[in-house]
Amino acid sequence: MTGETTSIAAGLLPTDDLHRALLRSIVDVSRAIFRARAASVFLLDTGSDELVFEAVSGEGEESLVGRRFPSSTGIAGFVLVTGQSLVLDDVTADPRFAAQAAESTGYVPKAIMAVPLVSGEQVLGVLEVLDRPSGERFTMQEADLLGLFAVQAAVALDLLQRSRSARAVLSGGAGAEASALTRLAAAIESAEGKERAAALELVSALERLLSQPR
Amino acid sequence: MTAILHADDGDALPAYAVAGPDALGLRGATRWPARVDRDWAFGGSTGAGATVCVVDSGVDAEHPLVGNVARALAVTIDDEEAHVDPDTAGDVCGHGTACAGIIRSVAPECEIVSVRVLGEGFVGSGPALIEGLRWAVDQGFDVINMSLSTTKERFVADLHALTDAAYFRRSLIVASAHNMPVRSYPWRFASVVSVASHDIDDPLVYLRNPDPPVEFYGRGVDVEVAWADGATLRASGNSFATPHIAGICALIRAKHPDLTPPEVKTLLGLTATNAEDAR
Repeated sequence: MTGETTSIAAGLLPTDDLHRALLRSIVDVSRAIFRARAASVFLLDTGSDELVFEAVSGEGEESLVGRRFPSSTGIAGFVLVTGQSLVLDDVTADPRFAAQAAESTGYVPKAIMAVPLVSGEQVLGVLEVLDRPSGERFTMQEADLLGLFAVQAAVALDLLQRSRSARAVLSGGAGAEASALTRLAAAIESAEGKERAAALELVSALERLLSQPR
Repeated sequence: MTAILHADDGDALPAYAVAGPDALGLRGATRWPARVDRDWAFGGSTGAGATVCVVDSGVDAEHPLVGNVARALAVTIDDEEAHVDPDTAGDVCGHGTACAGIIRSVAPECEIVSVRVLGEGFVGSGPALIEGLRWAVDQGFDVINMSLSTTKERFVADLHALTDAAYFRRSLIVASAHNMPVRSYPWRFASVVSVASHDIDDPLVYLRNPDPPVEFYGRGVDVEVAWADGATLRASGNSFATPHIAGICALIRAKHPDLTPPEVKTLLGLTATNAEDAR
Protein backbone atom coordinates (compact mmCIF):
# COMPACT_ATOMS: atom_id res chain seq x y z
CA MET A 1 0.00 0.00 0.00
CA THR A 2 1.14 3.56 -0.57
CA GLY A 3 1.77 5.89 2.33
CA GLU A 4 -1.53 7.64 1.69
CA THR A 5 -3.59 4.49 1.91
CA THR A 6 -1.74 3.44 4.98
CA SER A 7 -2.58 6.72 6.69
CA ILE A 8 -6.23 6.42 5.70
CA ALA A 9 -6.31 2.92 7.10
CA ALA A 10 -4.57 4.05 10.27
CA GLY A 11 -7.03 6.91 10.68
CA LEU A 12 -9.96 4.59 10.15
CA LEU A 13 -8.62 1.80 12.24
CA PRO A 14 -7.18 2.96 15.53
CA THR A 15 -6.02 0.20 17.77
CA ASP A 16 -7.55 -0.86 21.06
CA ASP A 17 -4.57 0.80 22.71
CA LEU A 18 -5.87 4.20 21.65
CA HIS A 19 -9.29 3.39 23.04
CA ARG A 20 -7.79 2.38 26.36
CA ALA A 21 -5.49 5.41 26.43
CA LEU A 22 -8.45 7.75 25.89
CA LEU A 23 -10.49 6.11 28.66
CA ARG A 24 -7.51 6.21 30.97
CA SER A 25 -6.97 9.89 30.22
CA ILE A 26 -10.64 10.67 30.90
CA VAL A 27 -10.49 9.14 34.39
CA ASP A 28 -7.03 10.55 35.18
CA VAL A 29 -8.06 14.09 34.19
CA SER A 30 -11.38 13.82 36.04
CA ARG A 31 -9.61 12.71 39.17
CA ALA A 32 -6.99 15.47 38.87
CA ILE A 33 -9.48 18.30 38.19
CA PHE A 34 -11.52 17.48 41.27
CA ARG A 35 -8.63 16.34 43.50
CA ALA A 36 -10.53 13.13 44.08
CA ARG A 37 -9.51 9.74 45.43
CA ALA A 38 -10.85 7.88 42.42
CA ALA A 39 -12.61 8.32 39.10
CA SER A 40 -14.14 5.70 36.87
CA VAL A 41 -15.84 5.24 33.54
CA PHE A 42 -18.65 2.72 33.05
CA LEU A 43 -19.51 1.96 29.46
CA LEU A 44 -22.81 0.54 28.34
CA ASP A 45 -22.46 -2.87 26.68
CA THR A 46 -25.52 -2.75 24.44
CA GLY A 47 -25.18 -6.46 23.64
CA SER A 48 -25.66 -7.67 27.20
CA ASP A 49 -27.38 -4.45 28.40
CA GLU A 50 -24.87 -4.10 31.26
CA LEU A 51 -22.61 -1.38 32.56
CA VAL A 52 -18.93 -2.32 32.46
CA PHE A 53 -16.12 -0.72 34.48
CA GLU A 54 -13.83 0.25 31.58
CA ALA A 55 -11.27 2.47 33.29
CA VAL A 56 -10.45 3.42 36.85
CA SER A 57 -8.00 5.95 38.25
CA GLY A 58 -7.06 5.78 41.93
CA GLU A 59 -8.82 3.48 44.41
CA GLY A 60 -9.79 0.21 42.75
CA GLU A 61 -7.74 0.70 39.61
CA GLU A 62 -6.11 -2.70 40.01
CA SER A 63 -9.23 -4.76 40.52
CA LEU A 64 -12.29 -3.13 39.02
CA VAL A 65 -11.80 -3.01 35.28
CA GLY A 66 -14.06 -5.49 33.50
CA ARG A 67 -16.64 -5.83 36.27
CA ARG A 68 -20.26 -5.73 35.14
CA PHE A 69 -23.47 -4.39 36.65
CA PRO A 70 -27.13 -4.22 35.60
CA SER A 71 -27.59 -1.16 33.39
CA SER A 72 -30.65 0.39 35.01
CA THR A 73 -30.23 -0.10 38.73
CA GLY A 74 -28.09 1.59 41.34
CA ILE A 75 -26.68 5.08 41.13
CA ALA A 76 -24.74 4.62 37.85
CA GLY A 77 -27.78 2.93 36.29
CA PHE A 78 -30.02 5.82 37.28
CA VAL A 79 -27.64 8.36 35.74
CA LEU A 80 -27.31 6.28 32.58
CA VAL A 81 -31.03 5.82 32.05
CA THR A 82 -32.30 9.25 33.12
CA GLY A 83 -29.41 11.39 31.92
CA GLN A 84 -29.55 13.32 35.21
CA SER A 85 -26.32 14.25 36.99
CA LEU A 86 -26.21 13.45 40.69
CA VAL A 87 -24.06 14.65 43.57
CA LEU A 88 -24.46 12.42 46.62
CA ASP A 89 -22.85 12.78 49.98
CA ASP A 90 -22.45 9.93 52.45
CA VAL A 91 -23.74 7.12 50.29
CA THR A 92 -22.48 4.79 53.03
CA ALA A 93 -25.80 5.57 54.69
CA ASP A 94 -27.41 3.36 52.03
CA PRO A 95 -26.66 -0.11 53.43
CA ARG A 96 -27.33 -1.89 50.15
CA PHE A 97 -24.99 0.38 48.22
CA ALA A 98 -22.26 0.16 50.85
CA ALA A 99 -22.45 -3.63 50.92
CA GLN A 100 -22.25 -3.90 47.14
CA ALA A 101 -19.34 -1.48 46.93
CA ALA A 102 -17.44 -3.23 49.68
CA GLU A 103 -18.03 -6.62 48.14
CA SER A 104 -16.99 -5.64 44.63
CA THR A 105 -14.14 -3.24 45.31
CA GLY A 106 -13.17 -3.36 48.97
CA TYR A 107 -13.47 0.40 48.83
CA VAL A 108 -16.61 2.12 50.08
CA PRO A 109 -16.82 5.68 48.80
CA LYS A 110 -18.57 8.34 50.83
CA ALA A 111 -19.21 10.99 48.20
CA ILE A 112 -20.11 10.45 44.55
CA MET A 113 -20.45 12.83 41.65
CA ALA A 114 -21.91 11.05 38.60
CA VAL A 115 -22.68 12.37 35.11
CA PRO A 116 -23.81 10.62 31.93
CA LEU A 117 -21.52 10.29 28.91
CA VAL A 118 -23.72 11.62 26.12
CA SER A 119 -22.75 12.28 22.52
CA GLY A 120 -25.67 13.57 20.47
CA GLU A 121 -28.47 11.19 21.36
CA GLN A 122 -26.05 8.36 22.15
CA VAL A 123 -25.75 7.56 25.84
CA LEU A 124 -22.45 5.73 26.11
CA GLY A 125 -22.00 5.32 29.82
CA VAL A 126 -21.38 7.09 33.10
CA LEU A 127 -18.44 9.04 34.51
CA GLU A 128 -18.04 9.01 38.29
CA VAL A 129 -15.72 10.94 40.59
CA LEU A 130 -15.40 9.66 44.16
CA ASP A 131 -14.33 11.25 47.45
CA ARG A 132 -11.83 13.95 48.22
CA PRO A 133 -9.07 13.23 50.70
CA SER A 134 -9.86 16.61 52.29
CA GLY A 135 -13.44 15.43 52.84
CA GLU A 136 -14.63 18.63 51.16
CA ARG A 137 -18.02 18.18 49.44
CA PHE A 138 -18.51 18.15 45.70
CA THR A 139 -20.66 21.07 44.54
CA MET A 140 -23.30 21.44 41.82
CA GLN A 141 -20.92 23.81 39.98
CA GLU A 142 -18.35 21.03 39.95
CA ALA A 143 -20.94 18.58 38.65
CA ASP A 144 -21.70 21.05 35.83
CA LEU A 145 -17.98 21.24 35.04
CA LEU A 146 -17.70 17.46 35.09
CA GLY A 147 -20.74 17.34 32.79
CA LEU A 148 -19.02 19.64 30.28
CA PHE A 149 -15.90 17.51 30.37
CA ALA A 150 -18.03 14.40 30.02
CA VAL A 151 -19.51 15.68 26.76
CA GLN A 152 -16.02 16.12 25.31
CA ALA A 153 -15.02 12.69 26.55
CA ALA A 154 -18.19 11.14 25.15
CA VAL A 155 -17.66 12.65 21.70
CA ALA A 156 -14.13 11.24 21.61
CA LEU A 157 -15.37 7.86 22.83
CA ASP A 158 -18.18 7.85 20.30
CA LEU A 159 -15.67 8.43 17.48
CA LEU A 160 -13.43 5.67 18.75
CA GLN A 161 -16.30 3.24 19.16
CA ARG A 162 -17.48 3.95 15.62
CA SER A 163 -14.05 3.20 14.23
CA ARG A 164 -13.89 0.12 16.43
CA SER A 165 -17.05 -1.20 14.81
CA ALA A 166 -15.77 -0.15 11.38
CA ARG A 167 -12.66 -2.18 12.04
CA ALA A 168 -14.74 -5.17 13.08
CA VAL A 169 -16.65 -4.86 9.81
CA LEU A 170 -13.52 -4.49 7.69
CA SER A 171 -11.80 -7.42 9.29
CA GLY A 172 -14.51 -9.69 7.92
CA GLY A 173 -17.66 -11.20 9.32
CA ALA A 174 -20.73 -9.13 8.62
CA GLY A 175 -18.94 -6.65 6.42
CA ALA A 176 -18.06 -8.73 3.38
CA GLU A 177 -19.01 -5.93 0.97
CA ALA A 178 -17.11 -3.21 2.77
CA SER A 179 -14.22 -5.60 3.10
CA ALA A 180 -14.20 -6.23 -0.65
CA LEU A 181 -14.22 -2.48 -1.29
CA THR A 182 -11.26 -1.97 1.00
CA ARG A 183 -9.31 -4.70 -0.78
CA LEU A 184 -10.23 -3.19 -4.12
CA ALA A 185 -9.07 0.27 -3.01
CA ALA A 186 -5.80 -1.19 -1.82
CA ALA A 187 -5.34 -3.08 -5.12
CA ILE A 188 -5.97 0.05 -7.21
CA GLU A 189 -3.64 2.02 -4.98
CA SER A 190 -0.84 -0.46 -5.56
CA ALA A 191 -1.43 -0.82 -9.35
CA GLU A 192 0.76 1.03 -11.85
CA GLY A 193 0.75 2.38 -15.42
CA LYS A 194 -1.99 1.32 -17.81
CA GLU A 195 -3.46 -1.10 -15.35
CA ARG A 196 -3.97 1.66 -12.81
CA ALA A 197 -5.39 4.09 -15.40
CA ALA A 198 -7.86 1.47 -16.63
CA ALA A 199 -8.94 0.62 -13.08
CA LEU A 200 -9.49 4.29 -12.26
CA GLU A 201 -11.48 4.72 -15.49
CA LEU A 202 -13.65 1.79 -14.53
CA VAL A 203 -14.27 3.25 -11.06
CA SER A 204 -15.17 6.63 -12.61
CA ALA A 205 -17.61 4.92 -14.95
CA LEU A 206 -19.15 3.08 -12.02
CA GLU A 207 -19.45 6.31 -10.10
CA ARG A 208 -21.22 8.00 -13.07
CA LEU A 209 -23.55 5.07 -13.43
CA LEU A 210 -24.53 5.07 -9.76
CA SER A 211 -25.06 8.84 -9.69
CA GLN A 212 -27.54 8.76 -12.61
CA PRO A 213 -30.96 10.07 -11.60
CA ARG A 214 -33.42 7.17 -11.28
CA MET B 1 -47.56 0.59 21.88
CA THR B 2 -48.96 2.86 19.18
CA ALA B 3 -52.07 4.41 20.70
CA ILE B 4 -51.19 7.67 22.40
CA LEU B 5 -54.17 7.90 24.71
CA HIS B 6 -57.79 6.90 24.83
CA ALA B 7 -59.64 9.63 22.99
CA ASP B 8 -61.73 10.25 26.08
CA ASP B 9 -61.99 13.94 26.65
CA GLY B 10 -65.10 13.70 28.74
CA ASP B 11 -67.61 16.41 28.03
CA ALA B 12 -65.08 18.83 26.61
CA LEU B 13 -66.28 20.86 23.66
CA PRO B 14 -64.97 19.72 20.31
CA ALA B 15 -62.67 22.26 18.69
CA TYR B 16 -65.22 23.25 16.05
CA ALA B 17 -68.16 23.79 18.38
CA VAL B 18 -69.76 27.11 19.16
CA ALA B 19 -69.39 27.81 22.88
CA GLY B 20 -72.69 27.36 24.69
CA PRO B 21 -74.05 29.00 27.83
CA ASP B 22 -71.96 26.74 30.08
CA ALA B 23 -68.76 28.06 28.54
CA LEU B 24 -69.95 31.66 28.83
CA GLY B 25 -70.69 31.06 32.49
CA LEU B 26 -67.10 29.81 32.98
CA ARG B 27 -68.35 26.68 34.64
CA GLY B 28 -65.66 25.16 36.82
CA ALA B 29 -63.37 28.17 36.58
CA THR B 30 -61.55 29.62 39.59
CA ARG B 31 -62.13 33.28 40.41
CA TRP B 32 -58.79 35.03 40.68
CA PRO B 33 -58.36 37.97 43.03
CA ALA B 34 -57.09 41.31 41.71
CA ARG B 35 -53.68 40.52 43.19
CA VAL B 36 -52.44 37.05 43.89
CA ASP B 37 -49.95 36.12 46.56
CA ARG B 38 -48.73 32.92 48.16
CA ASP B 39 -51.39 33.07 50.78
CA TRP B 40 -54.07 32.93 48.09
CA ALA B 41 -52.08 30.39 46.06
CA PHE B 42 -51.50 27.78 48.75
CA GLY B 43 -51.87 29.33 52.21
CA GLY B 44 -53.27 26.72 54.62
CA SER B 45 -52.91 23.90 52.07
CA THR B 46 -51.34 20.64 53.18
CA GLY B 47 -51.78 18.99 49.82
CA ALA B 48 -54.76 17.01 51.17
CA GLY B 49 -56.90 15.89 48.25
CA ALA B 50 -54.16 16.24 45.65
CA THR B 51 -52.61 13.19 43.98
CA VAL B 52 -48.95 13.13 42.95
CA CYS B 53 -47.39 10.44 40.80
CA VAL B 54 -43.65 9.82 41.03
CA VAL B 55 -42.36 8.37 37.75
CA ASP B 56 -38.92 7.16 38.81
CA SER B 57 -36.92 4.25 40.25
CA GLY B 58 -39.67 3.12 42.63
CA VAL B 59 -40.27 4.31 46.19
CA ASP B 60 -39.31 2.71 49.50
CA ALA B 61 -42.77 2.92 51.09
CA GLU B 62 -41.39 1.96 54.51
CA HIS B 63 -39.15 5.01 54.70
CA PRO B 64 -40.23 7.30 57.56
CA LEU B 65 -39.66 10.42 55.43
CA VAL B 66 -41.98 9.09 52.73
CA GLY B 67 -44.87 8.12 54.95
CA ASN B 68 -47.61 6.48 53.02
CA VAL B 69 -47.49 5.37 49.37
CA ALA B 70 -51.05 4.89 48.14
CA ARG B 71 -50.08 2.61 45.24
CA ALA B 72 -46.83 1.27 43.82
CA LEU B 73 -46.66 0.02 40.26
CA ALA B 74 -43.94 -0.97 37.83
CA VAL B 75 -43.67 -0.97 34.06
CA THR B 76 -42.32 -4.13 32.51
CA ILE B 77 -41.65 -4.67 28.83
CA ASP B 78 -42.38 -8.15 27.59
CA ASP B 79 -42.08 -8.93 23.86
CA GLU B 80 -42.46 -5.23 23.01
CA GLU B 81 -45.66 -5.26 25.07
CA ALA B 82 -45.75 -2.92 28.07
CA HIS B 83 -47.46 -3.88 31.30
CA VAL B 84 -48.15 -1.75 34.34
CA ASP B 85 -48.54 -4.03 37.35
CA PRO B 86 -48.47 -3.76 41.14
CA ASP B 87 -44.86 -3.62 42.31
CA THR B 88 -43.20 -4.98 45.40
CA ALA B 89 -39.58 -4.33 44.40
CA GLY B 90 -39.44 -0.98 46.19
CA ASP B 91 -36.71 1.32 44.89
CA VAL B 92 -33.99 -0.03 42.57
CA CYS B 93 -31.77 3.02 43.08
CA GLY B 94 -32.85 5.25 45.96
CA HIS B 95 -33.69 8.23 43.81
CA GLY B 96 -37.46 7.77 43.64
CA THR B 97 -37.56 7.54 47.44
CA ALA B 98 -35.66 10.83 47.60
CA CYS B 99 -38.22 12.50 45.32
CA ALA B 100 -41.19 11.10 47.25
CA GLY B 101 -39.66 12.24 50.55
CA ILE B 102 -39.21 15.79 49.23
CA ILE B 103 -42.80 15.92 47.92
CA ARG B 104 -44.03 14.65 51.31
CA SER B 105 -42.03 17.31 53.17
CA VAL B 106 -43.57 20.12 51.09
CA ALA B 107 -47.12 18.72 50.80
CA PRO B 108 -47.45 16.43 53.84
CA GLU B 109 -51.01 15.27 53.20
CA CYS B 110 -50.96 14.70 49.45
CA GLU B 111 -51.47 11.19 48.08
CA ILE B 112 -48.33 9.71 46.53
CA VAL B 113 -48.36 7.00 43.87
CA SER B 114 -45.16 5.45 42.51
CA VAL B 115 -44.62 4.16 38.99
CA ARG B 116 -41.28 2.46 38.59
CA VAL B 117 -39.86 2.83 35.08
CA LEU B 118 -36.30 1.78 35.93
CA GLY B 119 -34.95 -1.73 36.27
CA GLU B 120 -35.77 -3.04 32.81
CA GLY B 121 -32.26 -2.42 31.52
CA PHE B 122 -31.08 0.53 29.45
CA VAL B 123 -32.55 -0.87 26.26
CA GLY B 124 -36.05 -1.08 27.71
CA SER B 125 -35.80 2.25 29.49
CA GLY B 126 -37.26 4.44 26.72
CA PRO B 127 -40.41 2.35 26.18
CA ALA B 128 -40.79 1.94 29.97
CA LEU B 129 -40.59 5.71 30.46
CA ILE B 130 -43.22 6.33 27.77
CA GLU B 131 -45.57 3.66 29.10
CA GLY B 132 -45.15 4.81 32.71
CA LEU B 133 -46.00 8.36 31.71
CA ARG B 134 -48.90 7.19 29.52
CA TRP B 135 -50.36 5.32 32.45
CA ALA B 136 -49.92 8.31 34.77
CA VAL B 137 -51.59 10.68 32.29
CA ASP B 138 -54.44 8.20 31.79
CA GLN B 139 -55.02 8.10 35.55
CA GLY B 140 -55.36 11.89 35.68
CA PHE B 141 -53.04 12.62 38.61
CA ASP B 142 -53.01 16.26 39.69
CA VAL B 143 -49.20 16.38 39.51
CA ILE B 144 -46.71 14.05 37.81
CA ASN B 145 -43.09 14.29 38.98
CA MET B 146 -40.56 13.36 36.31
CA SER B 147 -37.03 13.81 37.57
CA LEU B 148 -35.75 12.16 34.42
CA SER B 149 -35.31 12.72 30.73
CA THR B 150 -34.36 10.88 27.56
CA THR B 151 -32.05 11.87 24.72
CA LYS B 152 -33.55 9.30 22.35
CA GLU B 153 -35.09 11.19 19.46
CA ARG B 154 -37.39 8.34 18.46
CA PHE B 155 -39.44 8.85 21.62
CA VAL B 156 -39.88 12.60 21.14
CA ALA B 157 -43.13 12.47 19.15
CA ASP B 158 -44.79 10.11 21.66
CA LEU B 159 -43.56 12.15 24.61
CA HIS B 160 -44.75 15.35 23.03
CA ALA B 161 -48.23 13.93 22.41
CA LEU B 162 -48.38 12.63 25.98
CA THR B 163 -47.32 15.89 27.61
CA ASP B 164 -49.87 17.77 25.49
CA ALA B 165 -52.57 15.26 26.45
CA ALA B 166 -51.64 15.77 30.12
CA TYR B 167 -51.81 19.54 29.72
CA PHE B 168 -55.35 19.39 28.35
CA ARG B 169 -56.48 16.83 30.93
CA ARG B 170 -55.28 18.87 33.90
CA SER B 171 -52.36 16.66 34.85
CA LEU B 172 -49.44 18.93 35.57
CA ILE B 173 -46.10 17.38 34.59
CA VAL B 174 -43.12 18.78 36.49
CA ALA B 175 -39.89 17.71 34.76
CA SER B 176 -36.16 18.05 35.48
CA ALA B 177 -34.05 20.08 33.10
CA HIS B 178 -30.71 18.77 31.91
CA ASN B 179 -27.65 20.60 33.16
CA MET B 180 -25.52 19.44 30.27
CA PRO B 181 -25.37 20.77 26.73
CA VAL B 182 -27.38 17.88 25.26
CA ARG B 183 -30.90 17.76 23.82
CA SER B 184 -33.22 15.83 26.09
CA TYR B 185 -36.94 15.57 26.76
CA PRO B 186 -39.67 16.09 28.01
CA TRP B 187 -38.53 19.11 30.00
CA ARG B 188 -38.05 21.21 26.83
CA PHE B 189 -41.76 21.06 26.00
CA ALA B 190 -43.89 24.11 26.81
CA SER B 191 -46.69 21.89 28.16
CA VAL B 192 -44.62 20.85 31.21
CA VAL B 193 -43.11 22.82 34.09
CA SER B 194 -39.33 22.55 33.71
CA VAL B 195 -37.08 22.82 36.74
CA ALA B 196 -33.39 23.39 37.47
CA SER B 197 -31.66 24.08 40.81
CA HIS B 198 -30.89 27.03 43.01
CA ASP B 199 -28.63 26.70 46.05
CA ILE B 200 -30.70 28.55 48.63
CA ASP B 201 -31.37 26.37 51.64
CA ASP B 202 -35.13 26.91 51.77
CA PRO B 203 -37.69 24.49 50.32
CA LEU B 204 -40.19 27.26 49.63
CA VAL B 205 -37.82 29.47 47.68
CA TYR B 206 -38.61 29.10 43.99
CA LEU B 207 -37.45 31.37 41.23
CA ARG B 208 -38.92 32.07 37.83
CA ASN B 209 -36.52 32.17 34.92
CA PRO B 210 -37.34 34.79 32.31
CA ASP B 211 -35.08 32.98 29.85
CA PRO B 212 -36.59 29.49 29.12
CA PRO B 213 -36.57 26.59 28.32
CA VAL B 214 -35.80 26.20 32.06
CA GLU B 215 -38.81 27.94 33.60
CA PHE B 216 -38.27 27.58 37.34
CA TYR B 217 -35.51 26.97 39.84
CA GLY B 218 -36.21 24.93 42.97
CA ARG B 219 -34.07 23.94 45.91
CA GLY B 220 -31.66 21.35 44.58
CA VAL B 221 -28.34 21.73 46.36
CA ASP B 222 -27.27 19.92 49.52
CA VAL B 223 -30.74 18.61 50.22
CA GLU B 224 -31.19 16.07 53.00
CA VAL B 225 -33.09 13.30 51.21
CA ALA B 226 -34.57 9.89 51.95
CA TRP B 227 -32.83 7.03 50.14
CA ALA B 228 -33.45 3.32 49.71
CA ASP B 229 -33.45 0.97 52.68
CA GLY B 230 -34.25 3.64 55.22
CA ALA B 231 -31.11 5.71 54.54
CA THR B 232 -30.85 9.48 54.43
CA LEU B 233 -28.08 11.35 52.66
CA ARG B 234 -27.27 14.77 51.27
CA ALA B 235 -27.81 15.15 47.57
CA SER B 236 -27.65 17.76 44.83
CA GLY B 237 -29.13 17.79 41.35
CA ASN B 238 -32.01 19.15 39.30
CA SER B 239 -33.78 15.90 39.99
CA PHE B 240 -34.16 17.01 43.63
CA ALA B 241 -35.25 20.54 42.70
CA THR B 242 -38.12 19.07 40.65
CA PRO B 243 -40.01 17.41 43.54
CA HIS B 244 -39.80 20.67 45.52
CA ILE B 245 -41.72 22.41 42.71
CA ALA B 246 -44.01 19.37 42.32
CA GLY B 247 -44.80 19.60 46.05
CA ILE B 248 -45.66 23.30 45.74
CA CYS B 249 -47.86 22.49 42.72
CA ALA B 250 -49.62 19.85 44.85
CA LEU B 251 -50.33 22.50 47.52
CA ILE B 252 -51.78 24.80 44.85
CA ARG B 253 -53.86 22.09 43.18
CA ALA B 254 -55.20 20.90 46.53
CA LYS B 255 -56.42 24.40 47.30
CA HIS B 256 -57.58 25.28 43.78
CA PRO B 257 -58.54 22.03 42.09
CA ASP B 258 -60.10 23.83 39.11
CA LEU B 259 -56.92 25.56 38.00
CA THR B 260 -55.60 24.31 34.67
CA PRO B 261 -51.90 23.52 34.13
CA PRO B 262 -51.18 26.88 32.41
CA GLU B 263 -52.96 28.66 35.26
CA VAL B 264 -50.87 26.82 37.87
CA LYS B 265 -47.74 27.71 35.93
CA THR B 266 -48.80 31.37 35.80
CA LEU B 267 -49.51 31.31 39.53
CA LEU B 268 -46.07 29.82 40.20
CA GLY B 269 -44.49 32.63 38.18
CA LEU B 270 -46.51 35.33 39.94
CA THR B 271 -45.63 33.99 43.39
CA ALA B 272 -41.98 33.14 42.68
CA THR B 273 -39.51 34.49 45.21
CA ASN B 274 -37.90 36.74 42.62
CA ALA B 275 -41.25 38.00 41.32
CA GLU B 276 -42.83 39.20 44.55
CA ASP B 277 -41.01 42.52 44.57
CA ALA B 278 -41.74 43.13 40.93
CA ARG B 279 -45.50 42.97 41.33
